[in-house]
Amino acid sequence: MSNTEAFVGRPQSRVDGPLKVSGTATYVAEFGAEDLLHAVVVSGAIAKGRITSIDTAAALKVPGVIEIFTHENRPRTAWFDYKYRDEVAPPGSPLRPLYDASISYSGQPVALVVAETLQVAQYAASLVEVSYEAEPAVVDVAEVLGEAYVPKQKRSGISPPPKPRGDADGAFLAAPIRLEHEYRVAVEHHNPMEMHATTVVWEGDGKLTVHDKIQGAQNSHGYITSVFGLSADDVRVHSPYIGGAFGSGLRPQYQLFLAVMASLQLERSVKLVLTRDQMFTFSYRPDAIQRVALAADKTGRLQAVRHEAVMGTSRHEDYQEVVVNWSGLLYSCDNVRLDYKLAQIDTHTPADMRAPGATLGVYALESAMDELAYAAGIDPIELRLINFADKDENENKPFSSKELRACYAQGADRIGWSRRNPVPRSMHEGRELVGLGMATGCWEAQMQKTSARAVLTANGHLEVSSATADIGTGTYTIMTQIAADALGLPLESVTAVIGDSSLPTAPVEGGSWAAASTGTAVRAACHALRQTLLDAAAGIDGSPLAGATLDQVTFQNGRIAFIADPVMSVSIGEAMQATGKERIEAEETASPDMKAMATYSSYTHSAIFAEVRVDEELGIVRVTRIVNAVAAGKILNPKTARSQILGGVVMGIGMALHEESIPDKNLGRFMNHNFAEYHVPAHADVEDIDVIFVEEEDDMLNPLGIKGLGEIGIVGTAAAIANAIHHATGRRVRHLPITLDKLL
Amino acid sequence: MPEMTFASAAPDEIPISLTINGQLHRLDVTPWTSLLDLLRETLHLTGTKKGCDHGQCGACTVLVDGTRINSCLALAVMKDGAEITTIEGLGTPDNLHPLQAAFVEHDAFQCGYCTPGQICSAVGMMSEGHASTRAEIRELMSGNLCRCGAYTNIVDAIEDVMQDGRPAVREAAE
Ligand code: FES
Ligand code: FES
Repeated sequence: MSNTEAFVGRPQSRVDGPLKVSGTATYVAEFGAEDLLHAVVVSGAIAKGRITSIDTAAALKVPGVIEIFTHENRPRTAWFDYKYRDEVAPPGSPLRPLYDASISYSGQPVALVVAETLQVAQYAASLVEVSYEAEPAVVDVAEVLGEAYVPKQKRSGISPPPKPRGDADGAFLAAPIRLEHEYRVAVEHHNPMEMHATTVVWEGDGKLTVHDKIQGAQNSHGYITSVFGLSADDVRVHSPYIGGAFGSGLRPQYQLFLAVMASLQLERSVKLVLTRDQMFTFSYRPDAIQRVALAADKTGRLQAVRHEAVMGTSRHEDYQEVVVNWSGLLYSCDNVRLDYKLAQIDTHTPADMRAPGATLGVYALESAMDELAYAAGIDPIELRLINFADKDENENKPFSSKELRACYAQGADRIGWSRRNPVPRSMHEGRELVGLGMATGCWEAQMQKTSARAVLTANGHLEVSSATADIGTGTYTIMTQIAADALGLPLESVTAVIGDSSLPTAPVEGGSWAAASTGTAVRAACHALRQTLLDAAAGIDGSPLAGATLDQVTFQNGRIAFIADPVMSVSIGEAMQATGKERIEAEETASPDMKAMATYSSYTHSAIFAEVRVDEELGIVRVTRIVNAVAAGKILNPKTARSQILGGVVMGIGMALHEESIPDKNLGRFMNHNFAEYHVPAHADVEDIDVIFVEEEDDMLNPLGIKGLGEIGIVGTAAAIANAIHHATGRRVRHLPITLDKLL
Repeated sequence: MPEMTFASAAPDEIPISLTINGQLHRLDVTPWTSLLDLLRETLHLTGTKKGCDHGQCGACTVLVDGTRINSCLALAVMKDGAEITTIEGLGTPDNLHPLQAAFVEHDAFQCGYCTPGQICSAVGMMSEGHASTRAEIRELMSGNLCRCGAYTNIVDAIEDVMQDGRPAVREAAE
């Protein structure tokens, strides 16, 4: 079977581009319905305690208000905890909105106002009077370090730290060069530009069409049917466009529960859009207090690595990430001890945010590596090459591929590393200090069981579908490219359909696994149509393909042709006609290769280089250049792939310099809950970003050789910037974000 | 809470007329309805996005009499008689405005949610005529946040169209 790829591997503009730039792509809050009601959430004002009374009388008097739901009048929903546990819930008891009078975090929803118009609902919500009995709350992990514990139940998919190897403590003490520091990253909130929202369309007879901001329609579908005891057929979740999520849409959030509850109770269509400040009341990147100890001999060879982290979680769920394991993986070292614990605070449950765990852990490790480079008097790249890990020493497995050396070399060349004078504060330009820093990035290449369907109709149109999502990642486009190549059709003849719970089964889109998983399933489904088409083509009277087998032909340019003699061919249209059918279809499921997974470790790698300029008097930092050299296997679409890395890098700039959800310890609330005070990078903060994709072949994990790109762009970026700031200023700031007050 | 009851205010709808994307609309609006909510909820022109409702993100940018504004910060009644151009008025999927086409070409978006605001803002910025360098474009586009981080590609797209010297604002489709 042979096929020259016309589209895969080449830059393609997004197939959903024209809809998005013209404002015609329909996001979840933009679906209409007859007699649509608007709902507004009233958020709780205390972080811990109970509601003592809730007075809705004034609000209910406002003309146009239909109903106000509170814990006192909410309809009954499922009893057991497990009924509320969605596809990716961590161990514990998920939040049940409006369940009872108890409050476990600030901003917890306490009432839902439903009205004829948005303005009426907003006004009435302001009239709901809630009284509380508050208890002291703790929202800073640093205050509960003494209560840290190893989570009893492991979160599915999250590997606990490997067992210690060698004698990290003894080797540390014996080594000539050693350092130990604490690193910390402020709490960050995902803040996708589109606020979380749900539109529930009441179809009559208890049937619902739900448009929910979710990274996997089937996760919301499963949650609704389980919580409200609905039959699977009565609910369809349809979310074709998602305005960003970065992990905040992996789990169904409280607006889904509330909107569905209201719709079922009122038997009307209901739309609920959260406000920007409510975007700070669920999901966040947790605060992890990390200690990293590194020791090396005089040549820079690592002698000991210790990495401990205590990460915050809520009182009700043991949310976990892979934070410390990277320190046993990235470099070769015989003496390693890694520790990971949780500590509970009175906030909502954290959630995966772009490269969860790695973003935090690799930041700490790569900062410490830079400190070690200075302590040992060795160039930072050289230090990493000296300690290069040729196998995964955590699991004692070879890598399926690892072109990291090429990342270092190409990235260094592109940023002009050779001009770097290693002495801090040695490079100036005008009134600005100039610094160059670098770091390594790493993320696991994963694949998840995913199904896809391919339908070819008599008019020659191919539709491929799967219940996955496109949160800006480019899923629509790569599915289209892969399908077009698989049957040799032009892109215009292919449509990708996703974001619908009724489509073939797919997991949530996250963890950088969507391209590998959905891509492989789409390809398999299209390939399954090939035999049918070839049989039909070969059966045509006097067919030039008579007797041909699949391995003798190619599907290209809309035709099935002999590889040996391409003139001998039949068009797909003719073949389709010969089937005598209106449509042919196939559904296939792709699963990870368990044997390969047991044999190899598979990771994407990157080398990130940052150039910063720091105003000596004002402490203002500009990131004037980032070069990110990435080895991620096969790049399906260099154009959208590059955007994935750009997006990760920009969020990494935010993590290094800007982003910080600041809790008030008395109120137990994140105080800067808006875009004016929670700064995400703006145009002015982002100057030049250069993305290099290093050639890497890897067919261990999936036949397309895909490793995934959604996360890798952010991993290491903040460390590279922090290291560059140290080089520019001589200041080592170990608590992100590096705001200017920390440099003055 | 103020004494004034909502009930006495509710019937007070005020007649206004707006020309939106070349089409005249006569509307009765409550005085507290923002231009953004009028566009999205009443007129179903959902191309204009809500990202904060507080004038902090730029997702709701539209052109009012050719000037870019945050429509979440404007009450609809204040714009009586105005000419408004939204993203839908700049071009359609089959007939894209040069900036819309450049955004697709340069992959100047990912999720697409900030995109209509970025494009309307860029049209407004170009007609203001203060930007000629990348640094100036960045500065003058900084009211439009993009959480997906498409900034460098957005600047590429804008620069591309500016260099082509094509008119920034086409006549709104009749
Ligand atoms: S919605 Fe108007 S500026 Fe954010
Ligand atoms: S494209 Fe997603 S916010 Fe800009």
